[in-house]
Amino acid sequence: MQDALHIGGKALSSRLFIGTGKYNRNTLIPEVIARSGSEVITVALRRVDPSSKEENILSHIPPHMTLLPNTSGARTAEEAVRIARLARAAGMGNWVKIEVINDQRYLLPDNLETIRATEILAAEGFVVLPYMSPDLSAALRLRDAGAAAVMPLGAPIGSNRGLRTKELIGILIEETGLPIIVDAGIGRPSEAAEAMEMGAAAVLLNTAIATARDPLVMAEAFRGAVAAGRQAYLAGLGAVQQEAEASSPLTGFLNV
Amino acid sequence: MSFYESLMALEQLPFTELWKECGPEDVKRALAKDKLDEEDLLALLSPAAGQHLEEMAQKAQRLTRTHFGHVMQLFTPMYVADFCVNHCTYCSFSSIYDFPRKKLTLEEVEQEAAAIASTGLRHILLLTGESRRDSPVSYVKDCVTVLRKYFSSIGIEVNPLSQEEYKELAHAGVDGLTIYQEVYHRETYEKLHVKGPKRNFRARLDAPERGCQAGFRSVNVGALLGMYDWRQEAFMAAMHARYLQDRYPGCEIGLSPPRFRPYLGSFNPESDVTDRALVQIILAYRLFLPRSGITLSTREPARLRDRLVHLGVTKMSAGVSTEVGGHTGEGGTPQFEISDSRGVPEIREMLYRSGLQPVFKDWDILAESSI
Repeated sequence: MQDALHIGGKALSSRLFIGTGKYNRNTLIPEVIARSGSEVITVALRRVDPSSKEENILSHIPPHMTLLPNTSGARTAEEAVRIARLARAAGMGNWVKIEVINDQRYLLPDNLETIRATEILAAEGFVVLPYMSPDLSAALRLRDAGAAAVMPLGAPIGSNRGLRTKELIGILIEETGLPIIVDAGIGRPSEAAEAMEMGAAAVLLNTAIATARDPLVMAEAFRGAVAAGRQAYLAGLGAVQQEAEASSPLTGFLNV
Repeated sequence: MSFYESLMALEQLPFTELWKECGPEDVKRALAKDKLDEEDLLALLSPAAGQHLEEMAQKAQRLTRTHFGHVMQLFTPMYVADFCVNHCTYCSFSSIYDFPRKKLTLEEVEQEAAAIASTGLRHILLLTGESRRDSPVSYVKDCVTVLRKYFSSIGIEVNPLSQEEYKELAHAGVDGLTIYQEVYHRETYEKLHVKGPKRNFRARLDAPERGCQAGFRSVNVGALLGMYDWRQEAFMAAMHARYLQDRYPGCEIGLSPPRFRPYLGSFNPESDVTDRALVQIILAYRLFLPRSGITLSTREPARLRDRLVHLGVTKMSAGVSTEVGGHTGEGGTPQFEISDSRGVPEIREMLYRSGLQPVFKDWDILAESSI
């Protein structure tokens, strides 16, 4: 596979990860998956009810998808670890998105608790993708703790405010050597493209698709945007100039 | 420091003049902001805002869909005991009423739990009358142990407890606390709560904060609308929620706007809370606290509930009985008359028809005793 994203022993051709949380019916999910081309989907364990035939979200996810159970609701590393173990025991695989949030107003992650949870779960063989505030020291600690990728936020969850943390994400891309997956805040396809142009390995989004007037068309739009952004990154963007570059420079005679 | 001090300061506000002074420009200013303060809340609850309900509704719906999605969490209350030592002038469980009181045995609790769980619901709110003698913490805890076999989220609505007692229940698997102040206006509170420990205004007012300190995942507050001027009561309830949210950011603080309903006695409320008023309150709550849950009970009629699901509400009850043992057997005396008696399947269908997904499960009990 050309230009695959390698995480946790898997080669992914799509760099668009999607969520499940805000649709008006779960029956939309298979179609959203098909239109987005996504291969990784995150699910909150708190929403999973295996005992329910009609309302079990997992029954709407095709088997080819990689499940990324998240620890939504965890306020401490211990709770995140417990949720991850419950998810694995429920047959949801060994990937986990660590979400440790102690702030219900902005839903900003607690990096310190996230690092602690990552250390424990990576040691237990989980493929750990931690959601985090973009901070270089924290990202390096997550890398050293065994994270398979890090997922910095572009803006607060569900805010659709775009890449507010662009500078910091850029530093993580340059410095960590890990796949950087921009998670949260991306509201428009153009913002997803921008993240990919910067060199992000992938983007994860939910609200932007789930709350669009037409989620299916929006899923397609994001698919195209992520692919275009990635292509632009691989093609090597031209340098941005502050001033016009003279085609007949004043010192040109020195090279004659 | 507790909300009591804040309340005493807020009581000094000249509400009547403030409501009069609020004009359309104050409402528009509040609508244009992302982060609203006390003055914006006053504006949104003012008579002037009554002329801007549609604009408020549009923004409230946008915020709700962005933060919560197109979903509605479902739950049902489960009454396990109606013994009560208080005399409150607006409640059927009041100690002055002579009717055969009931308290479920643990076997009966299990039967009720199984009946409710068979409808698909996974969130339950356990209710008792207020009697430490008849429904002590140990009894509530025993009930929780039974309920854990059937439900993934257990809330309680019982008499105010100490922080230690709340901790004990949190450890047993309770993740949510609902406790309504009923009335924030102290003079009226004293009039309505004639006898019993509930007369202690402050012990009740501080209970939600003790719940936050005990580590409950969600704490739900509210005023029983109709007991005193609804604007002022809604204002105080929202300020109470904001106070808790500011100090306990890890806790999900929710609000409920219950309206007074007919009950066993003949008390009539002082303030008429019309449908328009209820809508204005819900919208003001949503705009003031964009990420807070707002719970709608079956006190409201079906036709109104079907409309309110679009305006900021995030949780609603379904298949409700306000009688002890009401889901199996004969039941008892209802605490109040419900308006929307639809069962879970009908509510589920109504939500799907309205473009919303019913969410039956949105939590897993993580109490240490469960691991």
